[in-house]
Amino acid sequence: MTKKAQRDQKIAFTALRISAVLVAIIVVIILLQITINGYSILSIDFLTEMPRNRMTEGGIYPAILGTIYLIIGSMGVALPLGILAAIYLNEYAQPGRTKWIIEMAIINLAGTPSVVFGLFGLAMFVKYLGYGASLIASALTLALMALPIIIRASQEALITVPEEYRYASLALGVTKWQTIRQVVLPPAIPGMITGTILAVGRVAGETAPILLTGAAYFLPRLPDSIYSQFMALPYHLYVIATAGTNIAQTRPIQYGTALVLLTIVLSFNMIAVMIRRHYRRKLRN
Amino acid sequence: MTTGHYREKVIESLLYLSGVTAVIILFLICIFLFKDGLALFQKYPLVEFLTGTKWYPTSEPHQFGLLPLLFGSMIVTFGAIVLSVPLGIVVAIYISELAGAKEAEVLKPLIEILAGIPSVVYGFFGLVVLVPLLQNTFDLPTGQNALAGSIMLGIMALPTIISISEDAISSVPRAIKEGSLALGSTEWQTINKVIIPAALSGISAAVMLGIGRAIGETMTVLMVTGNTAVIPGFPEGLFAPVRTMTATVALEMGEVPQGSEHFYALFAIGSVLFITTFITNIIAEYIKRKYRFNLGSGQ
Repeated sequence: MTKKAQRDQKIAFTALRISAVLVAIIVVIILLQITINGYSILSIDFLTEMPRNRMTEGGIYPAILGTIYLIIGSMGVALPLGILAAIYLNEYAQPGRTKWIIEMAIINLAGTPSVVFGLFGLAMFVKYLGYGASLIASALTLALMALPIIIRASQEALITVPEEYRYASLALGVTKWQTIRQVVLPPAIPGMITGTILAVGRVAGETAPILLTGAAYFLPRLPDSIYSQFMALPYHLYVIATAGTNIAQTRPIQYGTALVLLTIVLSFNMIAVMIRRHYRRKLRN
Repeated sequence: MTTGHYREKVIESLLYLSGVTAVIILFLICIFLFKDGLALFQKYPLVEFLTGTKWYPTSEPHQFGLLPLLFGSMIVTFGAIVLSVPLGIVVAIYISELAGAKEAEVLKPLIEILAGIPSVVYGFFGLVVLVPLLQNTFDLPTGQNALAGSIMLGIMALPTIISISEDAISSVPRAIKEGSLALGSTEWQTINKVIIPAALSGISAAVMLGIGRAIGETMTVLMVTGNTAVIPGFPEGLFAPVRTMTATVALEMGEVPQGSEHFYALFAIGSVLFITTFITNIIAEYIKRKYRFNLGSGQ
């Protein structure tokens, strides 16, 4: 080991450490900026009141409600479909062309830009199926985006179930579906929940797809059916941060909205991480 | 044939149907996107769309030139990749080779948070923090420019690049690493001359995915790049406002009458976006599989 090599190593390792710290600092700055500035406006009224005076005062209740509706609607579709698809891929599909095509399709769905999903939702749900700009058109569009996340997580969960479980059950004369339902699925459920929660976080934060398929700038009333337009947190943040006459004056509301959105999305992510960690530990013991 | 057997068959068909949904959806996306995208070319020549240098969708006569938007997307993506790839790889190396268990336990959740922040929140942060900062630092007429987009997209691409590079680095067989150390190399020489080259194809998959992410990102660029549809110069164009393909679709779709030429032009842009990300996804997947195979045969 020459002196030069040792010196090089010292320099390189310092640079590596600085880079890692830099990334950590970026994350902390973003979180602090939003939290500190958004915290002051947070109150029960902010969360439960309608916006007033052209959205320069009042709360964000309809936007929160809209986001909750979107989560329920999109997950209601994507969750069963995603889990069934994962069961097919892991337990039934033989390696070969069909399985390969399905997996490539999933990879491409996961990598398709959100605005392209928005265009598709507009062409298919809003126009072709005639739902109009509506809650259901947006929820279905978001469901398609959530699908690859749920399928992947469910597949990973199914893979971790030991083969012996399946053989033992099948050897007892239990049919394949009963084996899956009673032996394979129960240990895989935590992993599937994790994937679902990650997908919820994604759905709650998406803006471009709902902007094209049904989110409204401002509505004086709450949506009364699945064919109504709606307000939602991410679109609301975009609108009040970029449009309107008094952007600087409504800055506190903008920060407040950003903080509420960030809190919802990150708490879903955090829950997912905690469940995953809990069950990994359990699996190891 | 018992009823039980019959039920099994029904369930299997149901599962099969769910399984192929992803394929059907992708197929439907192609059809609906291309159908409305191609409708533009019944009245507006394809060549002019692909080579036109002006995007004037509302003037008479309309001009739907893709180039300013394409170059807008490219310059922002280029900047994002230049910023995020070296930083991402370096952090991946740090996490997998140098960081202690405790450090990794802090860094990894932070990076997961980075991946979880919605793009509109990044856009908002960029708008209220980064844009004024750039404007003051470089004394520009506006801080809403390509560079602001590149920096924000770079931050957003970091988690993808870090996590895939980390996978690639940690899947380099230990024997190779220990061989290098046993020959008297320093740890850094081992990382630099042995581990990184061995992990390179995996890292390049990360770069491809990062490019795909950056090209397709919408809300952030919409909020911080200024959205002026002119072909940017290089490199000075980094400091000027640009407009990307994604931002154009999101901005203009709300105002166009359905079925107008402008409406179809936005679908044509969507088709270009879809084809571009489709290709980057396929390449990334191909690289990933190939490198897995290489490691398998090397052991």
